[in-house]
Amino acid sequence: MEKQTVIELRGITKRFGASVIANNNVSIDVKRGEILSVLGENGCGKTTLMNMLAGIYYPDEGTILIHGEEASIRSPKDAFRYNIGMIHQHFKLIDVFTAAENIVIGTGDGEKYDIKAAKTRISEMSKKYGFHIELDKKVHEMSVSEKQTVEIVKALYRGADVLILDEPTAVLTPQEIDRLFDVLRAMREDGKSVIIITHKLNEVMAISDRVTVLRKGEHVKTVNTSETNEKELADMMVGQKVTLNIDRPLPENSELRLEVEKLTLAGNEGHLVLDDVSFNAYSGEILGIAGIAGSGQRELLESIAGLHHLQNGSVTYYNPKKDKPITFYHKTFERVMELAHEGMLRYADGRDFTGKDENGKPLSKKVISAQVNAGEIFFKEDEIINLREQTPLQIRELGVRFSFVPEDRLGMGLVGDMDITDNMMLRSYRRGKSVFVDRKAPEDLANEIVESLQVVTPNTHTPVRRLSGGNVQKVLVGREIAAGPKVLMAAYPVRGLDINSSYTIYNLLTEQKKSGVAVIFVGEDLDVLLSLCDRIMVIAGGKVMGTVDARKAKKEDIGLMMTGAVLKEENQEGGSL
Amino acid sequence: MKNQQTKQNQIKKEPLLRLVKRDALSAKKIILIYAIAIVVSLLLSSVICSLFSSKNPLDFFASLFNGALGSSRRIWLLLQDTALLLGVAVALVPAFKMKFWNLGGNGQILVGCLAAVSCMFYLGGKLPDPLLILLMTVASIVAGAVWGVLPAIFKALFGTNESLFTLMLNYIATGLVSMFITIWVKSGSGVLEPIKFGNFPNLFGNKHLLTVLVFLILAVMMYIYLKYTKHGYEIAVVGDSPNTAKYIGIDVRKVIIRTMVISGALAGIVGLFLAGGIHHTISTASANNMGFTAIMATWLAAFNPLIMIGTCFFIIFISRGMVEVRGNFGFTNDSIANIVIGLVYFCVIACSFFITYHVVFRQGSAKNVKTDEKKGDK
Repeated sequence: MEKQTVIELRGITKRFGASVIANNNVSIDVKRGEILSVLGENGCGKTTLMNMLAGIYYPDEGTILIHGEEASIRSPKDAFRYNIGMIHQHFKLIDVFTAAENIVIGTGDGEKYDIKAAKTRISEMSKKYGFHIELDKKVHEMSVSEKQTVEIVKALYRGADVLILDEPTAVLTPQEIDRLFDVLRAMREDGKSVIIITHKLNEVMAISDRVTVLRKGEHVKTVNTSETNEKELADMMVGQKVTLNIDRPLPENSELRLEVEKLTLAGNEGHLVLDDVSFNAYSGEILGIAGIAGSGQRELLESIAGLHHLQNGSVTYYNPKKDKPITFYHKTFERVMELAHEGMLRYADGRDFTGKDENGKPLSKKVISAQVNAGEIFFKEDEIINLREQTPLQIRELGVRFSFVPEDRLGMGLVGDMDITDNMMLRSYRRGKSVFVDRKAPEDLANEIVESLQVVTPNTHTPVRRLSGGNVQKVLVGREIAAGPKVLMAAYPVRGLDINSSYTIYNLLTEQKKSGVAVIFVGEDLDVLLSLCDRIMVIAGGKVMGTVDARKAKKEDIGLMMTGAVLKEENQEGGSL
Repeated sequence: MKNQQTKQNQIKKEPLLRLVKRDALSAKKIILIYAIAIVVSLLLSSVICSLFSSKNPLDFFASLFNGALGSSRRIWLLLQDTALLLGVAVALVPAFKMKFWNLGGNGQILVGCLAAVSCMFYLGGKLPDPLLILLMTVASIVAGAVWGVLPAIFKALFGTNESLFTLMLNYIATGLVSMFITIWVKSGSGVLEPIKFGNFPNLFGNKHLLTVLVFLILAVMMYIYLKYTKHGYEIAVVGDSPNTAKYIGIDVRKVIIRTMVISGALAGIVGLFLAGGIHHTISTASANNMGFTAIMATWLAAFNPLIMIGTCFFIIFISRGMVEVRGNFGFTNDSIANIVIGLVYFCVIACSFFITYHVVFRQGSAKNVKTDEKKGDK
């Protein structure tokens, strides 16, 4: 039996400026009592299309039919009139209000505000669809999943028959996703239409009845989920065959590179953001860090990079310098003298270098510099550097080669209004004694990165703010790798990137690993973590829940640990590598 | 039938106006848009002024140009005032580039001026003029720098709001000036007579040329400083994203303090020229509100010191021209002149909106877009 069509989009086109076409002549329909997935890579126009149903945008061309009649949706209020509710990625709730207050607020003009009656109605609704919701809990005390529930209930309470969810699973644990899907199925049984915007294939297969695939703003095809498979959908999505497996060689010659012990960091409100975190990172391996967003991953990397004042703990860097000559490329003169006084340095013939001649007279700066430049002075042992309480600049002056791809690309890793060349200089502009900056080398580097990573940009003088997310990330990762790191930390480096860009990043990380870099990768997609990393450390609420072997670990186990459950000993990887 | 009607109603409900973001316009077009805005605003002003007097709009333009360029003296005064305003704008621009909203230009000019006049008052005649001028220069620069660095220190160390802080320092500077005038002037007139010592020499027999040259050179130097030096690069990074600055190890506090020393010192130099080169005295109004007018000049120039030469010239041109208009049109107070200046600013600022967006009307929106694109092709 053919289901009744609720919404029909006909030839919808939406432009941003003259050159950006977010949606081009898209025609799809939504039926009663179905779950429709809108699938596509990042930036393919999924959210834009749905925002036109939700009244956020207005289409430039085309018509929207609701129950067969032409509709004009100019505002979210209009959308509600047509019984369309959208749950955005960023929730729009009032933190200091309770769940019930948030749900009731803004409904019906002139209606009597009766929270008791409303609560009864909400409870009935929750029972019907299987929500778990505490009506008197304040929003700021809620987890992301609870907030999402409030948003959904709010939409239903206002009488939504069509529910649009924008990437609803992005911030949920596997268990929470299962629960959400149960709710959505219950709603489908009740005759509601659910649209899920997503780029996760497994979820599409698990939940939806039909899938609409968008690519570069165009509608590729809509298929019944039962008649397709992940491979076919992926092909439709990216337009060409993509290999879904990531090359993962075994770590070679692993050495301890970074030792973090009992790291403790308090947040602004005094609670512990990081609580007694200890782990080791080894050269030639990728250490994954898994956890629900906001469990302290960001702060952990920032702490290592010297951006926070720690309450407790130590960060130690093992610089593989044994029997290698010391250079001024990474060390200042003062650092060389410090090492000399610590007895860390020797001449080629084995004599100690202490900065003094045979008679105990201090050598002049000129003589020492000449000896260092001639490569006559060597490390006796690997250099062990304590990084606690060092600023990022001091860390660099100590000769520690850290690269860090922060989560907030434009807010921390790059300067949005500057062009690619100027962003290349961020790490290197201090070089040399001149008061003027040298733009020649950065310009070359910019051109090299644009070419080798296929950054889509008019030229290297375009402000990076104007580039798309994937290209911004390529610029950032390219710069950090060009610095020749020994430790590379990357926080969510593929967030918001399409599949092709993501793979570029995965390959870059793997190449770094092969060349002996210790890579620390904070990720959110467990499938990626499991197929990219060698070991995965799971953190929850700022605590380390355990470290597992990524080649053997089960996804469900990691999901469980992310919610704070400590895994039984036998499943954990014993000791270090 | 009824169906048909609701359908039509709903179609009509498309919003009347919509804003569509433009792609980046070429520099030529942007200049053209600004030029049109200026012409339109002046035409409007001429009509308004003629409404309030017996003169006609053509007289307005005649007076305006005559006031600004009518004689070689007027031209030199125009250039000198432009140079002074440019000096203040050059002082403010590094702070603004760092997103440090220095609203204390007036105060910084005044303390610079006060320091120079103090030297002239106490040491004039006791020291040879060249030495005196050297002392005045040092004193003004130090005074301006101190006035600039105070709010910077508080911002860097305690996160205080720099706008309020710099603003309040203006009042303190004004107060200091009146205090010293009371000490110096016993006659009760409250006016400090011009001091004959420590006056800047004429350059090639022209008393305005030195001021003009100095501030032009400073503007070019500031352009180079911001664009090509490591300091300038750090200022841009701190201004755009303090977190990025922290991440790459820039000492944000140091940059804030250093930049405000420069900003204040440059404003102090403007005060020095007011004292030594132009008025040879001081009053509480010596800064002539340039600390605020210059904000306009920096913003219109998008913080580019070279473009600021043009914006400062424009601002001074209008205000000097309007003085003549006011006289010729028989206006007895400044109100109409201020209205005109406000109108010109408004048009110039409003047109930047049309550089970013273009407006699409409801009916035949597709057609509008097309004609717009055609215009763009030309």
